[in-house]
Amino acid sequence: MSRKIRVLIAKPGLDGHDRGAKVIARALRDAGMEVIYTGIRQTPEQIANAAIQEGVDIVGLSSLSGAHMSLFPKVVQLLKEKGAEDIIVFGGGIIPVDDIPLLKKAGISEIFLPGTSTEEIIKYIQEKVKLE
Amino acid sequence: MSKNIREELERWEKTTLQKVISKAPERQPSFQTTSHIELKRLYTPLDISDLDYCHDLGFPGEYPFTRGVQPTMYRGRLWTMRQYAGFATAEETNKRYKFLLEQGQTGLSVAFDLPTQIGYDSDHPLAEGEVGKVGVAIDTLKDMEILFDGIPLDKVSTSMTINSTAAILLAMYIAVAEKQGVKSEVLQGTIQNDILKEYAARGTYIYPPLESMRIVTDIFAFCKDHVPRWNTISISGYHMREAGCTAVQEVAFTLADGIAYVEAAIRAGLDVDSFASRLAFFFCCHNNFIEEIAKFRAARRLWARIMKERFKAKRDESCMLRFHTQTAGCTLTAQQPDNNVIRVAFQALAAVLGGTQSLHTNSRDEAYALPTEDSVRIALRTQQIIAYESGVAEMIDPLGGSYAVETLTNEIEKKAMEYIEKIDAMGGAIKAIESGYIQGEIAESAYQYQREIETKKRIIVGLNQFQIEEEPLRDILKIDPEIERYQKEKLAKVKMERDHAKVKQCLAALKKAAQGTENVVPPILEAVKAYATLGEISDTLREVFGEYKER
Repeated sequence: MSRKIRVLIAKPGLDGHDRGAKVIARALRDAGMEVIYTGIRQTPEQIANAAIQEGVDIVGLSSLSGAHMSLFPKVVQLLKEKGAEDIIVFGGGIIPVDDIPLLKKAGISEIFLPGTSTEEIIKYIQEKVKLE
Repeated sequence: MSKNIREELERWEKTTLQKVISKAPERQPSFQTTSHIELKRLYTPLDISDLDYCHDLGFPGEYPFTRGVQPTMYRGRLWTMRQYAGFATAEETNKRYKFLLEQGQTGLSVAFDLPTQIGYDSDHPLAEGEVGKVGVAIDTLKDMEILFDGIPLDKVSTSMTINSTAAILLAMYIAVAEKQGVKSEVLQGTIQNDILKEYAARGTYIYPPLESMRIVTDIFAFCKDHVPRWNTISISGYHMREAGCTAVQEVAFTLADGIAYVEAAIRAGLDVDSFASRLAFFFCCHNNFIEEIAKFRAARRLWARIMKERFKAKRDESCMLRFHTQTAGCTLTAQQPDNNVIRVAFQALAAVLGGTQSLHTNSRDEAYALPTEDSVRIALRTQQIIAYESGVAEMIDPLGGSYAVETLTNEIEKKAMEYIEKIDAMGGAIKAIESGYIQGEIAESAYQYQREIETKKRIIVGLNQFQIEEEPLRDILKIDPEIERYQKEKLAKVKMERDHAKVKQCLAALKKAAQGTENVVPPILEAVKAYATLGEISDTLREVFGEYKER
């Protein structure tokens, strides 16, 4: 039997809206993944370190405060600097559609917007982690 | 009479109803509210046969306030139309306030950015990317002077969504008023100042709970003497509801927090009747129309009973639950965003039928960003249409006496009280938060809600049914990333021009007050007048009080 997919769900920045992050964390757990949730108010540095220490396959970032353009790319960059560029980073929250191509260019693999089902995210992770 | 109705009801069920149900079953085997209250298909006088009108409902403006807190309600004065607004800089937000006042808004409501809410200046490393994003950035009194430039503070009432740094922003408001020649005694408004729900849901805490509660009660004591018309706290269910809890949980957790504040103030030596009338509340209005109306009525009655029976309040005003309402942000969909206008209209109508004192209506584009001016205008117009066209403002509590509404009011009160008793048994709201109980209950309800949507047990129009192919909304409000630099420059300039020795002296005085038992608000007021920054003042208190870490 193959090992379980390991996921870090993280809240970068000062945003305290964690309803989505918690719902996703629980849904991924119910789908058989091992999920670590960082809690709120994490710096990109703390998130990158946690991802490496926990040996996760993929990191999900959640932000509803509009700080995603500064914070999301920084996580990707730090993982790269620490030699962990194989860890996939995706994101979600209140994110203007025009920001999505810029985030993808910065190495964020996918952005999920309000209304996305947890099923869709589970499927995405299962396909993405198996592929790489 | 009752016997007759019972017999008739049974006859109806066996004959007329049975005939239809045997051929065409109902849409679902059972119907429930969001709080899992089982709904009957029909409510009759039998359901409220125990209701004692004078004891349980009474008259508007009188205990237990079930029908409303004012004797004339909206026939006397409409609710305050108060749109929560703030973004980018004080300069930009000042313009939006003037726009809203021109459009007929009757009160201001300030949204601060996250660094301001968490006690960091705009040049702090943790503020990076957050400056001016979810609200206006305030670093020093200078920003506050700009924010209220040309707005007479003796004429408007201002609500500020500010919690762990509430004392600082209130002090700045008082200082701006003073510069306008307005005495603190006449100022009207509200600071949210509800730190407990920040640990439970919203997350803008700084200090540990007990130290935070000391600041809260210091504010109560200060305002009692110097800002007597100010609402010193807005005990908020809104954010817990937005985080996912049910209507019953919203009432229960909010009132449990309220109990904790009253207990803390009494412990700090305040007489219950000296501060209780300045406590205000803040609720969410979600989709379930009748349940929401019943929720507001139940909350009013339950709080009145708690204040009178538990805290032995003597004045009627001490038992009065006055509240602000905001429509439910979490019900807004990114899909077919114009549908949100309709959702907001129903939610706003329920808030009015529930007797709210002030109201914020959300804008259709808020699943995407902060609202544009056009969207905010529609949201405000929604309130104005309810106020001036619908006719519901012309009678007090028009749904009072409805068999269904009264039954649900009773059930919500009963179920909320059961929760409060459970929280009491844990040692109160602070303990229930420290142990993670309340957070756990909220998260569980949020997950169930999401499951219901995904299994289509709950239909959200345009989201999981009646979808269309559509392009995501692109015409949204954008915050210029340059404002972070501008704000930092403004801060640097203020810091350069102020009297450094004076600032140092003020911060030292604050530290001494915090270490002892002296009220911290007067030294904070002195510090802001000397242009000490929000971050400096918060850091001074961090040194003494320490910081809270989420468990």
